[in-house]
Amino acid sequence: MLMGYSFGDLGSIMAMQGFAGLSLFSVFVLMALGLAIIFGQMGVINMAHGEFMILGAYVTYLTSLTFTNYLPSLFSIYFFVAVTLAFCASGALGMLVEWALIRQLYRRPLDTLLATWGLSLILQQVYRSVFGAREVGVDQPDWMMGATNLSDTIQIPINGLIVMALTAVISIFVYLLIYRMKWGRQVRAVMSNRAMAGAVGIDTEKVDRYTFGIGCGIAGVAGSAFTMIGSTSPTAGQLYIVDTFLIVVFGGAQSLIGTIASAFTISQARSILEFFLSGSMAQVLVLLTVVGILMLRPQGLFVLKIRR
Amino acid sequence: MSKDEKSGHTRSHSRRRLLQVAAALPAISVLPRRGYAAAPATAAVNTTGLAVTDDSVTVGILHSITGTMAISETGSVEAEKLAISQINSEGGVLGRQIKIIQEDGASDWPTFAEKAKKLLVNDKCAAVFGCWTSASRKAVLPVFEQYNGMLYYPTFYEGLEQSKNVIYTGQEATQQILAGLDWVNRTKGSKTFYLLGSDYIWPRTSNKIARKHIENHLTGCKVVGEDYFPLGSTQFNSVINKMKLVKPDVIYAIIVGGSNVAFYKQLKAAGVDLSKQTLLTISVTEDEILGIGGENIAGAYACMKYFQSLDNPNNKLFVPAFKKMWGEKSVIGDVTQAAYLGPNLWQLTAEKAGSFDIDKIAAASPGVEFKGAPEGYVRIHENHHLWSRTRVGRARLDGQYDVIYETADLVEPNPFPKGYQ
Repeated sequence: MLMGYSFGDLGSIMAMQGFAGLSLFSVFVLMALGLAIIFGQMGVINMAHGEFMILGAYVTYLTSLTFTNYLPSLFSIYFFVAVTLAFCASGALGMLVEWALIRQLYRRPLDTLLATWGLSLILQQVYRSVFGAREVGVDQPDWMMGATNLSDTIQIPINGLIVMALTAVISIFVYLLIYRMKWGRQVRAVMSNRAMAGAVGIDTEKVDRYTFGIGCGIAGVAGSAFTMIGSTSPTAGQLYIVDTFLIVVFGGAQSLIGTIASAFTISQARSILEFFLSGSMAQVLVLLTVVGILMLRPQGLFVLKIRR
Repeated sequence: MSKDEKSGHTRSHSRRRLLQVAAALPAISVLPRRGYAAAPATAAVNTTGLAVTDDSVTVGILHSITGTMAISETGSVEAEKLAISQINSEGGVLGRQIKIIQEDGASDWPTFAEKAKKLLVNDKCAAVFGCWTSASRKAVLPVFEQYNGMLYYPTFYEGLEQSKNVIYTGQEATQQILAGLDWVNRTKGSKTFYLLGSDYIWPRTSNKIARKHIENHLTGCKVVGEDYFPLGSTQFNSVINKMKLVKPDVIYAIIVGGSNVAFYKQLKAAGVDLSKQTLLTISVTEDEILGIGGENIAGAYACMKYFQSLDNPNNKLFVPAFKKMWGEKSVIGDVTQAAYLGPNLWQLTAEKAGSFDIDKIAAASPGVEFKGAPEGYVRIHENHHLWSRTRVGRARLDGQYDVIYETADLVEPNPFPKGYQ
């Protein structure tokens, strides 16, 4: 594959390929953070995670329509409004779902799997009834599309840069929230021992509701960002759910650092393999490797050391 | 943006077209092509116990209206219902009005087989219009052969199949591929091709045929890369970089479903300018562009047999009629048009055979010609596929195609192409 290409060409491709890997990494982190919070901190297997993402995507779609029709002069910045609204909408729906459904099932983790899977089917059909079965096209402002030229031969996708920036902001936000703030300490306390946390005066129900809400809200942000790189249709959430679970499980369910490390490993492996092999083959190899590692180390890459 | 201007223009334009249609309607209804003065006796046209009465005949529609495939199959259902309502308003088939029983395949192949059996065994449907994916067709094929039903299948597909009980109104692979490759080689002087596809039977078979054609029939041409991605894959940056390194003259893309949207958005984001880089696809119709967004795919070439913008008298009647029934915003892709052919071909065949009996329909099908097809003239071949023209269109910003090439003659369907397997 190296034969017949100039060093300049190869250098540019390597630079762009490195960026492709990083951008895949941010996509994975963005997908997995919300699930990692819910699955890792609460032990709830949220099969409807993809549908919360698509809710964010549809909110973005509606926001773009609103701006086109009523505020065309501000269209170029509508995306930031859309991200905020997506967070609020998915977060609110998450809190509602937690109140109506999930809190009944905290002692039956496998039932949450079935219940949220049912929820995902319901949400899909709701999207289909409201927005139609066809994909919708989400208009992006011109400055967000296209590439920026670093040199004559190196082009960097702008939407990749935006996703990276968004991921960085969200990751820092989550880190501060969980590890540096009082609320995060309460979450971690509830997670390690629910009864004891309640005994020392933590309102565990409230903590649960907000944790679930924030996890879903982040899914909404991810969905909003993915209108730049993927499709928006009732079932598009299913495209992401497998990768998302893979990353969270591989990283060790209870560790945010683990999620980030596993997203990095999987994204780099896939991006490099896809360059040298076919796309399908790359996925097969990555999945096989992950399965192999999980057989040797079922708890995932990183685990919290807590007394059970 | 000139969006308001644009929609205003199409509105007045389509109103004018509607008026034309309204003016043409009485003329159509007195055409002798359809309708019998007196309906032939039921005993004469139905000797095998199908659901035929003195004034009605029952047919089935079997598509996914829920699940992942609903996105694609909705258009086919709409086209079939339009065709049936038009046939009914013009006197029906053999003097009988068509009644529809619709079943939902729910994007699930065993469900398709089960519903097909229900339509044939319980409902005794004289014909079934349905299926979209090859997987669903393969699932119902044994049912149609066992219970002797008649299926009109609308989708372009990979070929390698022929049945007495199926009429394929879409293109088989060679009809969709060869003429397009010849055209791009002749007019663009393209020599190197990069083949891309989603990882399942249709793209793989199609690319296999494309590769054989490029290597054996186009002088000096070669395939410089071939890549497949799992269905639903949303990350294409690596392969886009690979193509930037290899610099093929033509990117030949057969990517389907949600992946399509991701691929074209990322292609544009990576700075690949489709006005300079030739991209030829056989999987993106006007339906898919709705999700991709015209601005992301403008400039790409698609090889199909039908485009909504096609300029002929039949299509000028068909498009407004479709929009009148299903809404001004609806778009019509290649498969939707092929689905529209199904009921019409069946009606013409039944009147040629003078019977609804499946065996007589199957025997009478070869040679049946439909002069009112929106794509122009089509004729059924002995192998139950259609003779039809292949066309190349170029995607516009507004999500429509400009038709820039069509084959001079009808292309013969060849589901088992020698030298391509």
